[in-house]
Amino acid sequence: MVLLTRKIEFSASHFYHNPNFSPEENRRVFGKCNNPHGHGHNYTLEVTVAGEPDPITGMVLDLKELKEILEREVMQRMDHRHLNYEVPELAGQIPTCENIAQVIWNLLEPKITQGKLHRVRLYETPDLFADCHRNGAKS
Amino acid sequence: MSGALKIELGRRYRFAASHRLHTPQLSEEENCRIYGKCSNPFGHGHNYVVEVSVSGEVDPATGMIANLADLDSFVERQIIEPFDHRYLNEELAAFRETVPTTENLCIEIFQRLKTFPKAQLERVRIEETGNNSFEYAEDHQEEPEGNRP
Repeated sequence: MVLLTRKIEFSASHFYHNPNFSPEENRRVFGKCNNPHGHGHNYTLEVTVAGEPDPITGMVLDLKELKEILEREVMQRMDHRHLNYEVPELAGQIPTCENIAQVIWNLLEPKITQGKLHRVRLYETPDLFADCHRNGAKS
Repeated sequence: MSGALKIELGRRYRFAASHRLHTPQLSEEENCRIYGKCSNPFGHGHNYVVEVSVSGEVDPATGMIANLADLDSFVERQIIEPFDHRYLNEELAAFRETVPTTENLCIEIFQRLKTFPKAQLERVRIEETGNNSFEYAEDHQEEPEGNRP
């Protein structure tokens, strides 16, 4: 099995707020991230696909196709968007790195038909990231 | 598709420390041959980057596996305070008898972090320099589906 990873970057804004919490609780749990005006990040997304290289093309999947899937599913939905208001898949969820990574996994998994989605890693900053994979499929 | 979806949170921390790779169990010649420059008796230092990965259920109320403030303060207390700007061979009990290679440093840091009460420690990965990195993980029982707090 070979693992192939493609990286893309998108920029988006968000803030953390739970309407069931009091204002004090929101500030205590979410700190600066609770600022209602929001703030933004340059997200880096690494998508890893596992599979056997095709004996004729030598490819697990065509990178052009993966690029188009990422453009359609992730860039068009999330790039230069406000994640709290403009991404229906995140409605009702706090747009943390953990939740965004999971939404991206769910968007990509059914679209990747050559090879198999192996891991989604989403960096919110270079020092903070979330990984998403299926149990038993760790690299 | 197989297996439940698993989410992990990764966070990178930094500390600077010195060490010397040398073991009294080998002769001076063997130490020099095996460890080379790293065996210099005066020691040398690195800017270590420690990547910590934890897993757990994402709390729907917060969207988080663990609150970063809790993870940061735990790592600060368990790792940064005792390791930053220290000479590992002399100032850490774990390395009085054990060579402070980054392999052994991974294991020591894993042991110090695995008591994190808010999530399951999955892995510790350490970059000794931009070109060398080491990883350590321990097998742990996956909790059965639907049986998590």
